[in-house]
Amino acid sequence: VVCSVLHTTRPLHTTQQCLAPLPPLPEKGGEVRYGLIPEEFFQFLYPKTGVTGPYMLGTGLLLYFLSKEIYVINHETVAAACILSVIVYGIKKYGSDVAAFADKLNEEKVAKALAVKNEAIKDLETAIEQEKKEQWRIEGRNYLFDAKRNNIAMLLETNYRERLLMVYNEVKKRLDYQVAMQNLKRQKEQDHMIQWVEKNVVQSITPQQQKESIAKCILDLKALSKSAQAAL
Amino acid sequence: GPLSERRLMDVRLGELPAWLATCDFSPQGLLGGAQKAWSSYYDKYINVKRGGPAGISMLLAGYCLLSYGWNYQHISKISFLVSL
Repeated sequence: VVCSVLHTTRPLHTTQQCLAPLPPLPEKGGEVRYGLIPEEFFQFLYPKTGVTGPYMLGTGLLLYFLSKEIYVINHETVAAACILSVIVYGIKKYGSDVAAFADKLNEEKVAKALAVKNEAIKDLETAIEQEKKEQWRIEGRNYLFDAKRNNIAMLLETNYRERLLMVYNEVKKRLDYQVAMQNLKRQKEQDHMIQWVEKNVVQSITPQQQKESIAKCILDLKALSKSAQAAL
Repeated sequence: GPLSERRLMDVRLGELPAWLATCDFSPQGLLGGAQKAWSSYYDKYINVKRGGPAGISMLLAGYCLLSYGWNYQHISKISFLVSL
């Protein structure tokens, strides 16, 4: 809670640094000895007092506080000692288990983020492949246009030939009509002439001629019968 | 570098008053200083991948010392010591 209140005063976008990708978290925190005193203190005193310097300082300070009653020993001291011993025992016994559990939680979070990232990468790669395939398909557009051109040429040819046929048929019909007209005319003339001739001939046969012709026919027949009988 | 931009740990003992003079003691300055101190502590001991008990134990120890200091007057009163 405290950190979130204080973080609102953090300046935003005031430096040229790029905030993404963030640098990874450090693996281990600063070294602390006995869980309470940072290593820097021991390193700070090492050149002057060696290794035992801080311990001597600690012992001296403790004895000074005790003797001068700056730190009074009362019921709270006993309580603090008990609490501290319980805490230290708990940490020593269950520390590694809790650490493993926390690491596992972290691992899951990281794995989920990584899965999302890999998923995104895979999707983009498939998109790239499909894009390349589309580009390859476009190279075949020449064939597409040739086929279309052929289709159109064929359509034009078909249309042209249909119209040619239509023209031929129409012309032939007109010519046939003319021919039929002429034939009809000639036939009519022929029939009319024949009828006229027949009529005139029939008219010209007078009764006299009819009798003469009948007599001639009878004579002819008799002659024929005679010759037929003679032939038998 | 210049005196005003150095951190407290990098200031030599003789320059301490001069460094204190360059400090910004307005409310925003104090708040910014506190926030910087907290964020540096947080990034060093708590915001790591594999921390240990050190991060919060130091905060608790500091709290214990601070509360002992605040209650020292009351603890060292003779009436309190006798009543135990």
